[in-house]
Amino acid sequence: MNFRFFSIFVFILVFQTPSSMAELSIQITQGVDDPIPIAVVPFFMDSGSVLSEDVAQIVRNDLEQVGEFRALPLSNMISLPDEEQEVFYRDWRILAQDYLLIGKINQQPGSQLIRVQYEFFDVNREIKLAGEVLTGNVTQLRDIGHTISNVVFEQVTGVPGAFTSQLLYIVSENAGPNTSLFKLEKSDYDGARPQVLLESGEPIMSPSWSPNGQDVAYVSFETGLPRIYIQNIASGQRRQITNYPNINSSPVWSPDGTKLAMVLSKDGSPDIYVQDLISNQLLRVTDHPAIDTEPSWTPDGEFLVFMSDRTGQPQIYQIALGANSFDVERLTYDCFQCAKARFLPDGVNLVHVRRETRQALYQIAILNIETLRVITLTDTSLDESPSLAPNGSMIIYATKFNGKGVLDAVSIDGRVKFRLPSTQGDVREPSWSPFLN
Amino acid sequence: MAKQQNQFLKVGTLVISLFVLGACSSTSEMEEESSSTEAAASTNSGSSSGAGNNNQLTQEQIRAQNALRQTVFYFDFDVAEFKPADRETLTYHARDLAANSSKRIRLEGHADERGTREYNLALGERRANGILNYFIVNGAARSQIEVVSYGEERPEQSGQSEQAYGRNRRVEVVAQ
Repeated sequence: MNFRFFSIFVFILVFQTPSSMAELSIQITQGVDDPIPIAVVPFFMDSGSVLSEDVAQIVRNDLEQVGEFRALPLSNMISLPDEEQEVFYRDWRILAQDYLLIGKINQQPGSQLIRVQYEFFDVNREIKLAGEVLTGNVTQLRDIGHTISNVVFEQVTGVPGAFTSQLLYIVSENAGPNTSLFKLEKSDYDGARPQVLLESGEPIMSPSWSPNGQDVAYVSFETGLPRIYIQNIASGQRRQITNYPNINSSPVWSPDGTKLAMVLSKDGSPDIYVQDLISNQLLRVTDHPAIDTEPSWTPDGEFLVFMSDRTGQPQIYQIALGANSFDVERLTYDCFQCAKARFLPDGVNLVHVRRETRQALYQIAILNIETLRVITLTDTSLDESPSLAPNGSMIIYATKFNGKGVLDAVSIDGRVKFRLPSTQGDVREPSWSPFLN
Repeated sequence: MAKQQNQFLKVGTLVISLFVLGACSSTSEMEEESSSTEAAASTNSGSSSGAGNNNQLTQEQIRAQNALRQTVFYFDFDVAEFKPADRETLTYHARDLAANSSKRIRLEGHADERGTREYNLALGERRANGILNYFIVNGAARSQIEVVSYGEERPEQSGQSEQAYGRNRRVEVVAQ
């Protein structure tokens, strides 16, 4: 094999000054028609010191971003309670609010520690739904805000909030004539606090979270050839997982985290393989001269869903792990091309990229494989790389806006959309984290 | 069976490529360029040697030199086969490799941004492999050629125009 190491600069940067990073900031592009009215009162600062982040504002943004809520403007509030005995439900009923969140923050002079006490009320039933005291470092104000948002969201919708989850994505920037800079970045779910995990002059592709949220698998061309690596997110420590001839790509962790599904073309054409991360044993799953790629696991970890153009155009198939490679079941028939598919946790609804006709329009859609009903979620034309929030409520995906790569998110019912525009470079291939602790 | 088919294919492709070469042995464009590059071409030790008809050999060398100067080959949308118009040029590349066994090249396959990234990575490889196979059928050794696909990750031109897309669907022959 003609394998060469190119001297290409690859840095692992766990900590970097935020100014050089592509900060993403959220824009709501479509909300629900009847959002739930909620009043989030500014949190009272006990000690009079000024904090770098406004916790109540973080909660307000979180709740409005996912489209289900509408926060009451501060100027409309007729009282500003910061603890339960100051709450008069009538004040909030007059303002037609369903829910009320209040809180206060305490910071001892000279200390980095803060205490945030919050209380959450149902205005109509006049009861306190939740309340606790969170302590942390002043640098963790955003985490505390997102944690409170999780509680509010779950109390109201019954679904756990995903506000403390994070994103991985790829940024490509122009770095002079015919030179690009590729970065693997991690941020909060809303694009805040971006952090560069890897930087390279050669492409980086296909970031994928490990199920425990501690590692990322990705493809890097740093040797001049696409190879799969696993990197620990906290330490930055990384190891090369594959070095097979030709394409090594599309790494995806099994639900139990012990295996990595991947695409290798070492035997001629791209096929699906599974590498055991403990024994390093490689299992060939598909064997076909056409292109088989984009594997994903069914929620039970027993099947692999993949895309193949064996009939001439990309369609979605599935195969049981360990089955004969002929034992393939085709899942899509009604699209010109269907690609990059992944089941929702229900194992019935399949998120995918759909090109309905010959016309080159690519959109994110959900196919119910039992009823065969298709819901197209997006109305842009170059949508790809859908990735599901850990609570199953939203899908983040990459698209183009004003000629630039941006990340958009859409709720799985298609009602809510928001966008994370990048201030620099092309952003793509988002991967939404599992629940993180 | 597979081997037989392969050999049949090999002979067939050779016959076709020779035919194509014969059919367009003299185009006016190449004739025009020939006088200006003649001197340079004759000093270069090309693949063909011998003292038969000096003039004709030189013409052929010039044609080869011009062909080798083209190192980027563009593809149609959703198509993995190279364009028939590039066949002659690619034949010269193959012969050049066959005649210079120490020469190493890298075939870099690319796709435009439409369609999913992983599929485009595979499509770029399929395009490069098409040219790889053509080179081998025309005398190049497998060991002389490395194939790498960049999919849609390294566009030649950014933007969403048909023109940009056309420039991004390509295979580049890169000397090593």
